[in-house]
Amino acid sequence: MYPENFRYTKEHEWILVEGDTGTIGITDHAQQELGDIVYVDLPKVGTRVEHGKSLGSVESVKAVSDVYSPVTGEVTEINQTLADAPEKLNEDPHGAAWLVKIRLATPGEVENLLNAADYQKYIGAEK
Amino acid sequence: MPISKVRSHLSQNEALLFERSSPGKRAYQLPELDVPPVDAAEALGAENVRAEIEGFPEVSEVEAIRHFTRLSTWNYAIDYGMYPLGSCTMKYNPRINELVARIEGLAWAHPYQPEALSQGCMEVMARLEAALAEITGMDAVTLQPAAGAHGELTGILLIRALLEKRGGPRKKILIPDSAHGTNPATAAIAGYAVENIKSSDTGVLDVSALERIVDGDVAALMVTNPNTLGVFEENIVHVAEILHNKGALLYMDGANMNALVGIARPGDFGVDVLHLNLHKTFSTPHGGGGPGAGPVAVKKVFEPFLPVPRLRRAGKKWAYDYKRKHSIGRVRAFYGNFGVLVRALAYILAHGGPGLRNATIDAVLNANYIRKKLEAYYDLPYAAPNMHEVVFSDDRQAKLGVRTGDLAKRLIDYGFHPYTVSFPLIVHGALMIEPTETESKVELDQFIDAMISIAKEVETDPQFVKNAPYGTRTSRVDEVTAARKPVLRWKPA
Amino acid sequence: MLDACGVQSAEELFSHLPEAVRLNRPLNLAPGISEYEIVDYFRARAAENANGYPSFLGAGVYRHFRPVLVDTVVSRGEFLTSYTPYQAEISQGTLTTIFEFQTMICQLTGMDVANASMYDGSTATPEAAMMAVRATGKGRVLVARSVHPEYREVLRVYGQHQGMPVEEFGYVPEAGTIDLEDLDRKMDSLTAAVIVQSPNFFGIVDQVRAAGEIAHRHGALLIVIFTEAVSLGILDPPAGADIVAGELQSFATSPSYGGPYAGIIATREKFIRQMPGRLVGQTTDSHGNPAFCLTLSTREQHIRREKATSNICTNQALIALMATVFMTVYGKRGLRELAEQNLAKAHYLAGKLQPRFCGKFFNEFAVRTAGKSPDEINKVLLKKKIVGGLPLGRFYPELADSLLLCATEMSQRADMDAVAEAFA
Repeated sequence: MYPENFRYTKEHEWILVEGDTGTIGITDHAQQELGDIVYVDLPKVGTRVEHGKSLGSVESVKAVSDVYSPVTGEVTEINQTLADAPEKLNEDPHGAAWLVKIRLATPGEVENLLNAADYQKYIGAEK
Repeated sequence: MPISKVRSHLSQNEALLFERSSPGKRAYQLPELDVPPVDAAEALGAENVRAEIEGFPEVSEVEAIRHFTRLSTWNYAIDYGMYPLGSCTMKYNPRINELVARIEGLAWAHPYQPEALSQGCMEVMARLEAALAEITGMDAVTLQPAAGAHGELTGILLIRALLEKRGGPRKKILIPDSAHGTNPATAAIAGYAVENIKSSDTGVLDVSALERIVDGDVAALMVTNPNTLGVFEENIVHVAEILHNKGALLYMDGANMNALVGIARPGDFGVDVLHLNLHKTFSTPHGGGGPGAGPVAVKKVFEPFLPVPRLRRAGKKWAYDYKRKHSIGRVRAFYGNFGVLVRALAYILAHGGPGLRNATIDAVLNANYIRKKLEAYYDLPYAAPNMHEVVFSDDRQAKLGVRTGDLAKRLIDYGFHPYTVSFPLIVHGALMIEPTETESKVELDQFIDAMISIAKEVETDPQFVKNAPYGTRTSRVDEVTAARKPVLRWKPA
Repeated sequence: MLDACGVQSAEELFSHLPEAVRLNRPLNLAPGISEYEIVDYFRARAAENANGYPSFLGAGVYRHFRPVLVDTVVSRGEFLTSYTPYQAEISQGTLTTIFEFQTMICQLTGMDVANASMYDGSTATPEAAMMAVRATGKGRVLVARSVHPEYREVLRVYGQHQGMPVEEFGYVPEAGTIDLEDLDRKMDSLTAAVIVQSPNFFGIVDQVRAAGEIAHRHGALLIVIFTEAVSLGILDPPAGADIVAGELQSFATSPSYGGPYAGIIATREKFIRQMPGRLVGQTTDSHGNPAFCLTLSTREQHIRREKATSNICTNQALIALMATVFMTVYGKRGLRELAEQNLAKAHYLAGKLQPRFCGKFFNEFAVRTAGKSPDEINKVLLKKKIVGGLPLGRFYPELADSLLLCATEMSQRADMDAVAEAFA
């Protein structure tokens, strides 16, 4: 369920680092908690985002949830398909429904995040 | 239990106006022009004259009235029965109010007609101001704000103005986690940061926490009293002291003032500024979402800052005072939702002092009766005595997979409008029930029986409740698709 | 009921209130009175007003005949005594009429989307400006002096504490239209919106397109305000507008001494998420039947709280319904004919006087009261039981010699002749 090569946050984002680029999304747990996702608000390419700060938001019919950036860096790509098909976030949150790609300012930053096992333990305890 | 309050009847289908239209049909008549016609292109410039309004309706008078009458029957209303939306105060809307608001000399008064020929309107407003000041125990009232949230904005701007005069506007507004969403939204528009404060275990303001938080950066606390749990803030006098000792102010959201009229006055328990919702406490109709009116009542020290113009006595006449150098300015054009003010004054005149107090007592009795009758069936998260409304949680039903929203939909089948769902946010799965003084014991008992019956249905067949309603012409609506693919206007096929 | 609650008297239910907060005396308000007495009281107050006088006041509030169906429809308890349509299954009546309202406002204004109403035109104006601030990420707002003076005042009050400074630009003294050079001079890259009104406060069809070109060249949005909705029956929808905000009083209510009215905000599709207020969308129910519901609610205060697009909650649904019925009764042809009658009446009156401005006007215009003061003219008219125009000096010191006069389909020729005589 939770890929081993991802790192996770306690705010339920995941990041996959390849070279100096991180791909960021929200976890399967997060999409389940939100329910049917109806809208995804993403930053513009070129935006500088900071670790722990909001980079966008995900909306269900009656709730808005901020997406916090797990890392500091610059947005290099956003997932355009989510604008027309936000439901993909419910269907494939760890794959096709990634949110943004970021060029990492401090590549070591992800080391502080949770690994898959710890994240699963964390969400188990949260319940 | 068989459903006794309602049974189904046929309702008419009806297409959208645009689909009903056919070219050339008309429902209007205009008199013959008694002056020469004017060529539009010449008078306005050809480039400014529009082509025909594409898609605009063309129907006959009979088609028009049937259209709106058919649509009206798809609504539930207070006139049909109990409408127990907590915090919304859905009480009977007396029809005398509607009649007097339409009296020609009031309804056709232009806001810029000379003051000498507006004395009747000004007298109505002055009398309402005085009555609201007496009811709230405050010193001055502005009738300008158009609704509760607009009153909040006015009130916070007044607080800001006073603090600025005292040395600085300060930075933040404290708001309990049980507050209406308008409170934080208002604070933000008025340029303040919002700090949410947690309620205590008993559902009221946590006085010791407040003591720790209040400092020189706090401009005000916005409190609803009774709060959204229907519980009176018993420490309110002490709360006011804590704020005042640090130079901060106490704002009261008067959404629940109908629990206090004639019993207790905010001005007597330390409130500096409050707004009222005339469409709640004072019976003016909600009309499917407005118009309302949100007068703001203040202590004397705020009087110089009130919006312009102010009514002033000039000999035997009323006059407007526009030149007030400390005023925050206008929050809307003209003087307020005058037609709503007329209705509220009619309600106050009809009840009088003793009648208003009786309405409060009846509203509180009704809410307590519901609480006693339902507490064996629904979880009551806060045990404090309640006033005009009672808040249960869906804790017991949720264990069987049925949530407050499902219970609400099933209540529709029993012939009632649902209670307020999932608010206040501090109660997980809230059922917020406010009967108002309007309801008789017969109607209350039917409601109670319906709620008990639903609780039993949950135990025997939770899925059945989850798919409700069954008796309505429209079943559960797909809100997800509506939000994902917004269709916000009709377009020709 | 008392037994069930375990109390001897209902008063006991208040026994937990601290003594210090209780009011230990009756309210100082007279005892209740009967329906008959209430009607009597308000009739007496009405008689103290200018009851039944013909009037040539406009200035943001217009006298139009209200088709009988308007009150017939809104007097139905199902519309009058229902709440905001949160429970879609038993609110389809209100939801459907709001959807029709949103559609008709789009058709009239040429915009893509319209909300379910705002309080009035004066508060829709700052709400539109706040939208532009969110959409552009800039803060400054430039508003024309020919926008309704009270709207400008409300805009200033709303803007002052949220980093939205409001500055004004002038009008051309001869034409009464906006001063494009002044606008161009005052524009900068920090400006979020340019706000103009058309027909403007002087009744003149203003230079909307040119204002839009200047605004857009500097990366600002163009907000167009209207106060006289009937003008939309004949005037081209505001060209180049990004947001249209306006007042629907003309379509819905009698002047009612300033309210309640209903405001609107309409905009282009790309700004939907910046819009304040409620929106109704079309969808289906679980049986596949067409249905409507409130939608895109995540913009609103009850969900987003301090980050909401506005603090508005209660709006003006019943007034919007009045406007919907009005637009339905007049329809495509009627609204045009109504507008033509207004145009004809105002031009008849203007033809007997000397309009102050040379700009094209719809149903109101300014006129110099040479020889007499505006107040003197009004006094002469009042003696004939006619309410005259608005002395413009009240808002524009430089126009202290001018009166703003409005004629609608309700203005009778004989009364207009009397106005012209007063100038003689």
